[in-house]
Amino acid sequence: MLISLDHITKTYTGDTGPIVAVDDVSVSVEAGEFVAVVGPSGCGKTTLLLVAGGLLRPEDGEVNIDGTDPYSLSGEQRARFRAEQIGFVFQQFHLVPYLNVLDNVMAPALVTGETSARERAETLVERFGLTDRLGHRPGQLSTGERQRVALARALLNEPRVILADEPTGNLDGDNSEQVLQALKAFTDEGGAVLLVTHDPDAVAFAGRQVMLQGGQLAQSVS
Amino acid sequence: MKISRLVVQEIAHRFVNFVLAVIGVSIAVACLVASVTMIDAGEIQSRKLVAEGKTESERLVAKREQEVKDAGKKLNDEMRKITKGLGFNIVVLAEDEDIAAFHAEGTPTRTMPQEYVDRLAKSPIVVINHLLPIVTKKVEWAEEKQTIVLTGTRGEVPQAHRDPKKPLLDLVPKGKVVLGYRLHHPRKLKPGSKLTINGRELEVVKCHPERGSVDDVTAWVNLEEAQQMLGMQNLVNAILALECNCATVDRIAEIRGEIAKVLPGTQILERGRKALARAEARNKAKKTADASLEAARTSGKQMIASRKANADEMIASRKAQANVLVPLAVVGSFAWIVLLAVGNARQRRGEIGILRAIGMGSRDVLVLFLGKALLVGLAGGGIGYIVGYLVGTGYSGPIEQSLFDVNWLLTALLMAPALSAAATWLPALVAAGQDPAVVLQEQ
Repeated sequence: MLISLDHITKTYTGDTGPIVAVDDVSVSVEAGEFVAVVGPSGCGKTTLLLVAGGLLRPEDGEVNIDGTDPYSLSGEQRARFRAEQIGFVFQQFHLVPYLNVLDNVMAPALVTGETSARERAETLVERFGLTDRLGHRPGQLSTGERQRVALARALLNEPRVILADEPTGNLDGDNSEQVLQALKAFTDEGGAVLLVTHDPDAVAFAGRQVMLQGGQLAQSVS
Repeated sequence: MKISRLVVQEIAHRFVNFVLAVIGVSIAVACLVASVTMIDAGEIQSRKLVAEGKTESERLVAKREQEVKDAGKKLNDEMRKITKGLGFNIVVLAEDEDIAAFHAEGTPTRTMPQEYVDRLAKSPIVVINHLLPIVTKKVEWAEEKQTIVLTGTRGEVPQAHRDPKKPLLDLVPKGKVVLGYRLHHPRKLKPGSKLTINGRELEVVKCHPERGSVDDVTAWVNLEEAQQMLGMQNLVNAILALECNCATVDRIAEIRGEIAKVLPGTQILERGRKALARAEARNKAKKTADASLEAARTSGKQMIASRKANADEMIASRKAQANVLVPLAVVGSFAWIVLLAVGNARQRRGEIGILRAIGMGSRDVLVLFLGKALLVGLAGGGIGYIVGYLVGTGYSGPIEQSLFDVNWLLTALLMAPALSAAATWLPALVAAGQDPAVVLQEQ
């Protein structure tokens, strides 16, 4: 089991009182599995993803990523754990605006300090068809190219898990296809993908879908 | 990729922010360096002014010394010429007069016939202008029980002169007396007062001021009366020959020769008038010179003190300005960098969020901000030093000595990054502490 979220509860403090974003949700993803989390806006999908990524500590429940509970680690250890074990892909890409394509892909190596990162980054850039965009900054790229850069960045440190939040939300059909194919390929190589999406095409790529409703697990369909 | 590359790339991307921060640091450093440079320049100029003042003063004193020396030499020369032109005085004494005793006592003790005076007056000697026969003796003033010198005198003009002159000294008429200071002063005698000397009643005609000599205890009376009072009728002790003139250089020898022909056996002495006049002139000249030199020295000291005071005032003024300007500039610069850093941290919120999400630790985020702050400080320190140095030297005016001080350059290059880092510290801490989950959810 690469991703194990067991009875997770996460509550926010709102103006009118506590808001339960995720209520006793359990999800697990095996190695090579592609799982989509679906549900209406505000049902707790992104919160569940951030909890799984070691970015948002739950009030209750246990998180286990490839045998490690990230919340049992110190802040700096957890950051390094994320860099080494988890790849993130977001709808807004979140690229560093002043770095070119190659440097953005290499950003996770800032933490690991690996000397072979450049070589891997160049391979990924080539794989995602961005070789001729190597020196360009995000502002000079199309949305599809930006998402491919983000995907390449997520894969740089060869993580076991990819957490993707609406990665095709801003993309056209071809670019969405490309991204989803890449994620599928990742799972084919033994990785685990937990994808949060509204996109039916993206759901179709997933081997299993988990539906949330009002912060609770409504349905799990294979 | 290293964090340093990230820092450099971010600076290049937000160059205006970087430039504004550098300007802020530069202004603070420039204010400090300009102030220090101006103060240093002031101190150098002050030392130079004082040194120049000292040299100028010494030059003036030396010049004045030379002028005084020249004036003294000229005075001596002129005095020599003047005294050479003046007549000189001699005294004719009796053949048996003990010259050593005469000098010791101040009065002659031996006598000569009064007829010698007539003989001299009638002789064809043309070098003597005035003859003054004197009879003098120390006596006890019986009425006052005091030892006095009683001197009888009479003015005489050699008849050989076809153009007789007025006698040099006033004659003391019979029945009258002229008194020295120590005789009239204690008794409060004045011209017109009556007194009796050894039984002879006399009226005071003149009272001399104090002379500090035997004259102070001398009473001058008519020659004939004195001869009677002293029992020395037709005798004199000395004949003063006044305002003698000779054509030759060895004039004493000449006059001796002339008088010896008329009064063989008499002794002739020159009175010390010329030497005294010269000594007096020298003393006076020396006093004038000393006063002049002292005035020059005092003037020099005043000039140096004045220059030093002006320079001290200038330095104090510059220090006062620096005391206000530098802290103001540092505080202003600090606040400016804080504002820029806060703006920068807000602008980079998303970037920091994703960097944190993909594994960058809060320590790395701090390094990201502080690294930029250090570069801002280094650039600001360097530029500020150059600007401050140029402003400081330009404002200080021309100065021969270099004002470059490597210590201040190092201080600027250390202080500026420290200032910049301190101002960035809090915004950097806030940025490093932000929750990536919150940032990502916001976006």
